[in-house]
Amino acid sequence: MKKLCLKVAAVEQLSPLVKRFRFEDPTGASLPVFSGGAHLTVEMPEGDMIRRNSYSLISDPYDGSGYEIAVRREDKGRGGSLYMHTKVAEGDEITVSVPSNLFQLDLRARKHVLIGGGIGITPFLSQLRQLDMEQKPYELHYAARSREEAAGIRLLPQAAHIHVHISEEGARMDLGAILDGQPLGTHVYTCGPDGLISAVADQTARLGWPKTSVHSEAFTAPPPGEPFDVVVKSSGKTVHVKADQSLLEALEAAKVEIDYSCRGGACGRCHTKVTACDGRILHNDHWLSDDERAAQQDIMPCMSRFKGTRLELDL
Amino acid sequence: MTMQFNDETFRGDYTYHNSPEAIRRFPFPFDQDTYMYSVNIEQHPGGPQGTPFEKMFDVDEHYVAEMKDREITLAEDPLRCQSLPHMELAGWDLLELIMVSKARDYPDLFTLHRDGNDWHWVNKPLGIEKNFTFLDATTLPCGPMEYITRQTQGDFALLHERDNNLWMDAGMITSQADWSLDFDVGMNFFEWHAPVPKARKMGVFDKALKFLLAVDQGQHYRRLNWTMTVNPRLDTSPENYHKWGPEKRTVTPENVGQKQFLRVELQTFFRLPRSNALAFPIRCYLMNLEDIASKPKWGRRLHRVLRDIDPALAEYKGFAVNQKIIVDYLSQFDDGAPTTPGIFPDV
Ligand code: HEM
Ligand code: FES
Repeated sequence: MKKLCLKVAAVEQLSPLVKRFRFEDPTGASLPVFSGGAHLTVEMPEGDMIRRNSYSLISDPYDGSGYEIAVRREDKGRGGSLYMHTKVAEGDEITVSVPSNLFQLDLRARKHVLIGGGIGITPFLSQLRQLDMEQKPYELHYAARSREEAAGIRLLPQAAHIHVHISEEGARMDLGAILDGQPLGTHVYTCGPDGLISAVADQTARLGWPKTSVHSEAFTAPPPGEPFDVVVKSSGKTVHVKADQSLLEALEAAKVEIDYSCRGGACGRCHTKVTACDGRILHNDHWLSDDERAAQQDIMPCMSRFKGTRLELDL
Repeated sequence: MTMQFNDETFRGDYTYHNSPEAIRRFPFPFDQDTYMYSVNIEQHPGGPQGTPFEKMFDVDEHYVAEMKDREITLAEDPLRCQSLPHMELAGWDLLELIMVSKARDYPDLFTLHRDGNDWHWVNKPLGIEKNFTFLDATTLPCGPMEYITRQTQGDFALLHERDNNLWMDAGMITSQADWSLDFDVGMNFFEWHAPVPKARKMGVFDKALKFLLAVDQGQHYRRLNWTMTVNPRLDTSPENYHKWGPEKRTVTPENVGQKQFLRVELQTFFRLPRSNALAFPIRCYLMNLEDIASKPKWGRRLHRVLRDIDPALAEYKGFAVNQKIIVDYLSQFDDGAPTTPGIFPDV
């Protein structure tokens, strides 16, 4: 994975829970441009380990002068977002990956409908800039509980095709009304809580949309869980995974060589074979098929955990 | 200009030839004495100085002649270059990648000046000087992919990523080993690879696709592929099979050394920034058996590889009809001595 050493150029509180960060090259050089929906992986050194979380880019994809992300503080998470909120300040140095995209626009679409719930608005902020530049028709729907929580409002342009739905104000998003009657060849993109993603999937299925026109990104950081041990086959070494660590993070801390990209269970890079399993793998990824999950011979260490007596990995 | 460009043809009188320098730097594809399909992928660029692996886009003595040959092929058959409408952005990404790389790697041949989206491009070997607006196709004589690939050696496929697969939605294909863009356009990775024997069952394509989908910006990769071609012909397309297919019958024990060419494809993979598409350049290098055997290690090794190759591969690659003549000819260069590892010649 190619890395960039950048400087934190600005930090701004967007809402009580969400902060915006801007990163720039310390020498002012231009950064690689990217495509709408791309994300960055940010490195957060904590003690002797490095935590890495992926965040959607929210800035103009064709503007190499800087990268911007928005981070929501998760008080119950593993600590990545807390680190960003409490430890990162303007002027700091920060290491990030080059942009990578697992949620790209399908530019074949006649029209694009973007549906974001809560912090799930983030990938659309770069997508809508790309759609504007490519002069493609689109509409965006942003749902949030309250105006106070809706950090994205301040980052959205005011325009007739940008719709904000605040449920506290009685303006709940009506998916049926949004999706019914869209022209043939429309693609829909959803990012947000699992409930929203499955509601859009159900609604489009009812309306007879082709599956290939329905895209989603469940952007999740690895969940914390109970601690467990794994054995690395090549060395015989046992690695302990703490409650607030992902398996991938624990392997990295133990200097076990392992590839990754998204760190969110979506890209397949960290796919690892299981050589012995006495117990149950808690699959939290979006990569393995149902059959592969049931067989317990594969694991995605960036997201998944284990409960049982022995797990040995082909590493 | 430091580089000399050959005056040569890839059809008709076939005056194509390799200088001693071109022979020395030929990308010989075999790192051992046997060959079978594998996921042979490594990082690109990178390799010893002077080899075709050193630069992002290798420019060599055949550059000008290859571009003339492409022009002839396109004039006869414009469908060798196709781009579905949603691939124009990927075409701009490719144009940027090639212009920036060539201007950096060959400053005495190519220059690029950029002021925002106002670009000025100079290609000295082809005598081209152009002002245009980046991302505005009305300022170029043709689409961006066609514009830049008429000035760059090798074929180009641009792949659109969707539904966890890659789709061949654009390409400039005039020097292909018997496959057709017009037939493959719009197909996915498994569909266009369907004619290849054995590899799917071996799991090669599943692994290769997973790898390609995970290629990120800023990391580039390459692999070598090869086949055999009679006469130094770039356009060995199915469309023109009637022109080159019968030439296989002209090979004799007397002329095989000059007429039979090893055709090597240096294939590279690049993730493009704005479109998130994948660029797949396929650069073709041709060298006849006589020139290959001038490097003792290559002569010995090629003999062993072609003698022992799986018959299904010899059939698919189209040289089974001449395999005996080729292997008999090469046997004179094989004294049975062991060969050193790696692809580079010892002397
Ligand atoms: C996206 C990039 C790629 C494109 C566009 C591509 C395209 C093609 C095409 C058009 C053919 C000819 C099929 C025919 O006979 O009609 C071919 C052959 C083949 N491809 Fe790919 N390919 C790609 C990547 C790869 C990769 C990564 C591998 C890795 C192993 C691979 C392995 C092969 C093999 C083994 C053959 C048979 C070649 C021979 O024996 O001459 N391809 N490919
Ligand atoms: S790193 Fe992407 S799936 Fe694990």
